[in-house]
Amino acid sequence: MSGENTPKTETTTSTSNDVFRRIVSGSGMVSLLAVVLSMILGGVLIALTNDRVEETASYFFTRPTDMLGAAWDAASSAYIALFQGAVFNWDAKSTAQMFRPFTETLTVATPLILAGLGVALAFRAGLFNIGAQGQIILGATFAGWVGFTLDLPVGLHLLVAIVAGFIGGALWAGIAGVLKARTGAHEVIVTIMLNYIAINLVAYLLFTPAFQNPGSANPISPPIKDSAVFPLLLGSGFRLHLGFLIAVAATLAIWWLLNRSTIGFELRAVGANPNAARTAGISVSKGYIVVMLIAGGLAGLAGVAQISGTERVLTGGIAASFGFDAITVALLGRSHPWGVFFAGLLFGAFRAGGVQMQTQTGTPIDIVLVVQSLIVLFIAAPPLVKAVFRIDVKKKRATSPTALTGGAA
Amino acid sequence: MKLELQGITKRFGSLVANDHIDLVVEPGTVHCLLGENGAGKSTLMNVLYGLYEPTEGSILVDGKPVTFKGPGDAMAAGIGMVHQHFMLIPVFTVAENVALGDEATKAGGVLDLKETRRKIREISDRYHFDVDPDALVEDLPVGVQQRVEIIKALVRNAEVLILDEPTAVLTPRETDELMDIMGQLKAGGTAIVFISHKLREVKAVSDVITVIRRGKVVGTAEPSASTTELASMMVGRQVSLSLNKAPASPGNPTFDVENLTVLSSTGQKTVDDVSFTISEGEILAVAGVQGNGQTELTEAILGLQHHVRGSIKLNGTELVGKSVRDVIRQGVGFVPEDRKEDGLIGAFTIAENLILNWYDEPPFAKGPAMKPAVVRDNAEKKIAEYDVRTESAMATVSTLSGGNQQKVVLARELSRPLKLFIASQPTRGVDVGSIEFLHKRIIAERDGGTPVMIVSTELDEVSELADRIAVMFHGRLMGIVPGNTNREVLGLMMAGMTADEALDQSSGSTATDPGGQP
Amino acid sequence: MSAATVQPQQETVADHVGVKNWKAPVGFAIGALVSLLMFAIGSPDQTAIFRISADDDRFRLQDVHLPAPTVGWVVTIVLAAIAVYAFLQVRKGSHISRWAGIAFALFFVTGFLTWVVGSANTPSISLAGLVAGSVTLAVPLIFGSMSGVLCERSGVVNIAIEGQLLSGAFAAAVAGSISGSAFVGLLAAAVAGMLVSVVLAAFSIQYLVNQIIVGVVLNVLVSGVTGFLASTLLSRDPELWNNPPRLPDISIPLLSDIPIIGPILFKQSVVGYLMYFAVIAIYVGLYYTKWGLRVRAVGEHPQAADTVGINVNRMRFWNVVAGGGVAGLGGAFFTLVAVSSFTPDMTAGQGYIALAALIFGRWNPIGAFFAALLFGFATNLQYVLSIVGTSVPSQFLAMLPYLVTILAVAGLVGKSRAPAAGGVPYVKE
Repeated sequence: MSGENTPKTETTTSTSNDVFRRIVSGSGMVSLLAVVLSMILGGVLIALTNDRVEETASYFFTRPTDMLGAAWDAASSAYIALFQGAVFNWDAKSTAQMFRPFTETLTVATPLILAGLGVALAFRAGLFNIGAQGQIILGATFAGWVGFTLDLPVGLHLLVAIVAGFIGGALWAGIAGVLKARTGAHEVIVTIMLNYIAINLVAYLLFTPAFQNPGSANPISPPIKDSAVFPLLLGSGFRLHLGFLIAVAATLAIWWLLNRSTIGFELRAVGANPNAARTAGISVSKGYIVVMLIAGGLAGLAGVAQISGTERVLTGGIAASFGFDAITVALLGRSHPWGVFFAGLLFGAFRAGGVQMQTQTGTPIDIVLVVQSLIVLFIAAPPLVKAVFRIDVKKKRATSPTALTGGAA
Repeated sequence: MKLELQGITKRFGSLVANDHIDLVVEPGTVHCLLGENGAGKSTLMNVLYGLYEPTEGSILVDGKPVTFKGPGDAMAAGIGMVHQHFMLIPVFTVAENVALGDEATKAGGVLDLKETRRKIREISDRYHFDVDPDALVEDLPVGVQQRVEIIKALVRNAEVLILDEPTAVLTPRETDELMDIMGQLKAGGTAIVFISHKLREVKAVSDVITVIRRGKVVGTAEPSASTTELASMMVGRQVSLSLNKAPASPGNPTFDVENLTVLSSTGQKTVDDVSFTISEGEILAVAGVQGNGQTELTEAILGLQHHVRGSIKLNGTELVGKSVRDVIRQGVGFVPEDRKEDGLIGAFTIAENLILNWYDEPPFAKGPAMKPAVVRDNAEKKIAEYDVRTESAMATVSTLSGGNQQKVVLARELSRPLKLFIASQPTRGVDVGSIEFLHKRIIAERDGGTPVMIVSTELDEVSELADRIAVMFHGRLMGIVPGNTNREVLGLMMAGMTADEALDQSSGSTATDPGGQP
Repeated sequence: MSAATVQPQQETVADHVGVKNWKAPVGFAIGALVSLLMFAIGSPDQTAIFRISADDDRFRLQDVHLPAPTVGWVVTIVLAAIAVYAFLQVRKGSHISRWAGIAFALFFVTGFLTWVVGSANTPSISLAGLVAGSVTLAVPLIFGSMSGVLCERSGVVNIAIEGQLLSGAFAAAVAGSISGSAFVGLLAAAVAGMLVSVVLAAFSIQYLVNQIIVGVVLNVLVSGVTGFLASTLLSRDPELWNNPPRLPDISIPLLSDIPIIGPILFKQSVVGYLMYFAVIAIYVGLYYTKWGLRVRAVGEHPQAADTVGINVNRMRFWNVVAGGGVAGLGGAFFTLVAVSSFTPDMTAGQGYIALAALIFGRWNPIGAFFAALLFGFATNLQYVLSIVGTSVPSQFLAMLPYLVTILAVAGLVGKSRAPAAGGVPYVKE
């Protein structure tokens, strides 16, 4: 019913290409509507679980406005708190404090952007890198060890830590890349498994003398030395650190790599049509390895941002859930470097604001996860969003000609 | 059961695969559909089997019109089909494959394969199929797999059996066995639609022959018609050369293939001890029915095949064992057979596709940095030079028509100094207007002194371009003949005769074209 | 096209250049090397004692004493011999016997256990306790991997097992708590798992969204929704919302007294018995019924199934939904059997181990069952060993399931053959 221009029954290209095509080809409108729709649904969830709403619901039929008002209050106050916690807090005492939330957003967005770039880059080469979590952990572990063990001059120490973090993440992702290239092992499974191995590995390391803080019985490392800490950008009143500028630089670098370099040309070719790439003399297996090394390195930098930027000690929870959030960031950003950057900012804002929301209105921060995942689901299926908003509802299903047969076929 | 097709038309977008085809299949007969690859035979049968809905026309069973929403309907109406690519599940046993979709069950939905096995044995014994119901399909030779497909149809009481290119994948012995089976089925009253382009087989088993060319019925013939007669009907009249091609002035033989053998990953010989040379300023066309090793031959030269033995020398440099990249850097231009799959990246811009295998060389790149402005300039020049119809060099190549896509591939491959140019099916799926243009470009490359190798299944194209013609059959070279060799001889060679045998047979009869247009 | 077109046999040439596969011998050799370094050279100078029976058992069996150095060397020699055998077979171009792999695994595990127990401060463990605990820990894994079997055998990749388990755990806690009936909780768990599946199926089959993406995102979504509700509704009134009744163990008299296998098979909660039922039902269903034949056909070669009149996408949809139900039941184990309240993210990645078990078990219900048991065993061994005080870090045991899964997908441990059409949406012309 869909492939009217080709009598071929099977699309021989890998499915990841189709996804990728879908992610890239969807319109900005759909993204915006997906965000709106997800926030509405999140608001409904907030309202449904609100005390006042529950109370007023008992007499809904005598005075429905009470309940609707309560629902609106619950959702809107939560979102206002979220906004105040993420962008601008007009209730703060000083001007600096008013803008503080935005710097928090940038701080939280830093690892999200870096790891998101790693996931996105792999997507562009046709690989699903589900392993950012493990790569962040390894990056943080490498950088952390450099940070609290070595004694190096100011400047050099931080630089070595950054490089070490990159290498740590790159090695970890490289395992998946090499196995994919040499044995065909599916990178999704390998990276998922490597996540859990990384979690256990760091848990083990934190009990060894090389990593455990002397005198502590807990799995926690010594604090990293000041020379390996990212300088704060706005003074001690704000957490925003140099790592954010690295994220900006990384975004630029990856944009250049993908769109302006021969390596990027190769990677995109491998991702879009491995057969044509092979015929053009591009090594597909080398492409897989290279892209995983760089992708892992980026996630490793996210680990550096964590340990040298905000956490300053290595713990088992160093990666928080950034590795998984990075996947949603990459998807929302449609695997374009600047798309990832802004998606990272958005989800960073959700996270930063979510904390404020939780303390101010008691709305659990988990709502951020809900909204985030809904956004990605809706973006992945544009026809669904279009159907909800009654735009452009065609009889035809998700399969726009480019999405399926796509040039890649 | 009598089956009639009336005015069946099937369009895919702008492509007309079947154009008002009429066909009557009588019970107890073998009705052959003869036509070249791409003539529209398989499409017609997929319409008949309910896999495609016809754009126009109707299907009649015993005089009553029927509509098939899916294969289930066709099967219920008594039509069975053996697809060119078998619809068998490799990890299932024969019995499981036969039972699928029509399973006998005991209480609770438990499979009762006993009944299926019994039926398989019964059919197998009746027609001497020698099929073990408990064998795994993936372990069976292709000929036996095909019999499983036939059993699948017979178990469902098929009265019309469609065999789509059944001998394409068979060895000669298996082909003979299939002919026997067809005879027995016919004797039992089954109507058989036999789709083929192999003349001898068609003559051997058919009662009626319908010839299809470019989606249209061009005539019918008796099996007693001569092979040459059928061949000319199938491939059409020799069109007058539209190209004013200067005679070749070959120079030194710089491309030399010796004793080349290519093995598939399962160890099968796809190219079997092939040797030839091509001189500078000469076009060698490799003709043959699809799937006789031409693809593997070109891929072996480019370095895409893994198990290659023998020698491929270009200007004295051995190419066997070199990476694709190194072969390209040796000055080999390559137009792959399937441009969408292997020659272009649909999601890339035209500009990017124009440098797909040259992206990291000057002037397009300096070190790791690419130069978008140069890439774009290059694209704009090529688009003008090759008359690629597009709005912008930055449009993705998937937005182009087939002919324009092929122009992009050719523009890319011909825009650097070449030592060897290989083009597979250079005009497949290309509109008539572009064909001549592309042919002229290829000849210009020859006239510039490059050895050129063309692989084509279109005899028109082969005759038009070739200075010499090599014909491949079952991985072997049947011979190399001059470019002006008549197409009857070529047709016979494509069916497996050596050049000498073909010349002998052809000279004994006069070439006529009963079905062709004046 | 499909693999159905196997090349003619008679044309096969003598030397199969591309056919030799050295992965198995290499895998065996690595295993043997590990054994040499750890179990033999690094063997502790103690005797490992495995207690078969507890003191209060009705039937008592002798304890097993294994001197660690001797066992270490014997195991290493046997493993090396198997590696050599595999090497020779591949060089000859012959087939490696299945038993070689099984024997290798048995000896390796024996060597490993002897080594690890021998290294403990008190080198003595209860085998019965170890095994029984392993089964208990494996219950949700097995349910999860059965969900995977149902989905993936029909051609839909199910990364959402984690989310299905978590939603099942949540629904069981809430429904069980409100109704006061564990069985209502069980039913709710299955329904919740199915709901997750409906989303997975709708997005991957109807909207053709990549199945891996949907799976990953669904896991996040379920984690978010359950976490949110747990910190709002559930924490506000835990008595009402999060206080489900427990499902007790049901002992079958006499049978449950059989050493080792008694408690495993005949002293289980309802969920445990359901697990055995599910494994057997899915196994029988998949290989011996009309339904199973069609499911496997759809997962291997949807086009072939379509040409014999099977509705591929409908089949896939219902299989995914059924899979969700099964995983949901597994989720109920967390809140109705293991503990009796829901805590956010309490499944802690078990869904991913279930996925690993599915792959390690080669997409076969029985294989997945044993793989899940092995993973449960690895987890339980951590606990047991931490009690007897071993020098082996528990984290390495925890890594084991993931490590062997990586080796499995890389083809170093056996050949795992996924359903041929897995992850590929079926679009008719």
